[in-house]
Amino acid sequence: MEKRVLFRSRWLPWALLLPQLLIIGVFFFWPAGQALLQSFQQQDTFGMSTEWVGLENFERLFSDPLYLASFKTTAYFSVLVAVIGLSLALLMAVFADRIVRGVMVYRTLLIMPYAVAPAVAAVMWVFMFSPSIGPVAWALERVGIPWNHLLKGEHAMALIVAAAIWKQFSYNFLFFVAGLQSIPKSLIEAAAIDGAGPWRRFWTIQFPLLSPTTFFLLVMNVVYAFFDTFAIVDAATSGGPGKETSILVYKVYYDGFKAMDLGSSAAQSVVLMGIVIALTVIQFRYVERKVNY
Amino acid sequence: MVERRLTLGILAHVVLCLGVILIVFPVYLAFVASTHTSQEIVQAPMPILPGDNAWASYKAALLGEGAGGGSQAAVGRMMWVSLVSALIITIGKIAISLLSAFAIVYFRFPFKMACFWAIFITLMLPVEVRIGPTYQVVADLHMLNGYAGLTVPLIASATATFLFRQFFLTVPDELVEAARMDGAGPMRFFKDVLVPLSATSIAALFVIQFIYGWNQYLWPLLVTTKEDMYPVVIGIKRMLSGGDAANDWNVVMATAILAMLPPVLVVILMQKWFVKGLVDTEK
Repeated sequence: MEKRVLFRSRWLPWALLLPQLLIIGVFFFWPAGQALLQSFQQQDTFGMSTEWVGLENFERLFSDPLYLASFKTTAYFSVLVAVIGLSLALLMAVFADRIVRGVMVYRTLLIMPYAVAPAVAAVMWVFMFSPSIGPVAWALERVGIPWNHLLKGEHAMALIVAAAIWKQFSYNFLFFVAGLQSIPKSLIEAAAIDGAGPWRRFWTIQFPLLSPTTFFLLVMNVVYAFFDTFAIVDAATSGGPGKETSILVYKVYYDGFKAMDLGSSAAQSVVLMGIVIALTVIQFRYVERKVNY
Repeated sequence: MVERRLTLGILAHVVLCLGVILIVFPVYLAFVASTHTSQEIVQAPMPILPGDNAWASYKAALLGEGAGGGSQAAVGRMMWVSLVSALIITIGKIAISLLSAFAIVYFRFPFKMACFWAIFITLMLPVEVRIGPTYQVVADLHMLNGYAGLTVPLIASATATFLFRQFFLTVPDELVEAARMDGAGPMRFFKDVLVPLSATSIAALFVIQFIYGWNQYLWPLLVTTKEDMYPVVIGIKRMLSGGDAANDWNVVMATAILAMLPPVLVVILMQKWFVKGLVDTEK
């Protein structure tokens, strides 16, 4: 798509683009290229010498049980976050779509988590579930669940999943509400006249028509679980206990900045880049084509 | 709504109320904890209603007088760092994106598509996947522990450029013709016609980018090593390194409330634009 009427100037468009090109050149393309380069190199711990090692970093990576475990952890975590998070948001959105009065009040309260920083959300959840003083941990203890996410891997996982879902809820909710509102009312009315009840209408009309929104949100939630939950993991569990909540992004950070294994960290970055690009392509191929917002 | 059924209406309100309780509960608890003394909180179960220590907790947090295990930096200073960086990120991103979207939509020049794709590709890779080398670049440019290092690398992404591009494409061509006929050059058209027309998009983006900037975590964690350059989101995490009982939980929770106050206010006050911005930017 292009404008019919354009301005003509040899230098002005470049001057206008310069700030953005300069910034993405220095802070995006240069480092991204470096990451690619480093993934084929091996550096000693003090950064004194660098050696070209070809695909060795990748070979080492994929034969490392810790890395494969981290993949599994990430997959498990993302599935839980996406499935539970989307179900809850859809449930809320469907009911919010039904009511007439008070929608604004509910919406205002339900979009709050979007504004809360992931790290701050994590700190609040850690407080609630803190084994010795947390009120929720105390309540769980009463009903026979001795909570301790500092020692038990599955508790730590449950904690970061809960915090991640809480944080992402508003986003999913708003998109589902927008999706529901874009479904023509006449369709639903016609079904109602034909005698379809609310339950039936939801499954035969609203849910299928929401599928583009749902697919879009699924991709966004996976991207979120993969990348944006770093702060939650770092602030809530630091990847522990052991490595039980060490998702891929956390491992890139840990190996690069704590363990100082730059080659491996860069190789992991490259793998992650591959995953994001794949997800983006999937989204463009399957979503953008079918959806008319 | 199609039909009125009392039971369904009531059910809807019940479900939504439960949802709101689940969403608000952590924030409420943090608020309650921030109004008690740390001794009152550590005696499980902690009180469920606000206490009378709020003034002391918030004062201790703002001035950095807590006895926390990890860090005792003043939250007042951190809030300032967060505010300045969030504003630089927001304004910087909007400014450079307006200019580059204008160039891409309203000019014809060689390598236009190459520039477009170069900008487009930055959408795909979050800073998280290239942290190592980006850190190296920032360190080499001596930008660590400063506002430039905290903000400029985060401006390098193209969400805003795309939103403006989409919007500019919907602006009628007649406006350009009219401006030209009146003898206005491109920059005059940009300043007097295009920017005023974009006001709602700018407002929408402002909300989204402000929250994005305020809530940054991984990047500031790497580039700031001095306490007086910590944004509040980092500061609160550093307070927690003292172990369970050693933390001054009332001060930590007061900090949590303070840290979420500005972005939550921005979202609530600018709800209309926030929703528009969110839905437009992501699609």
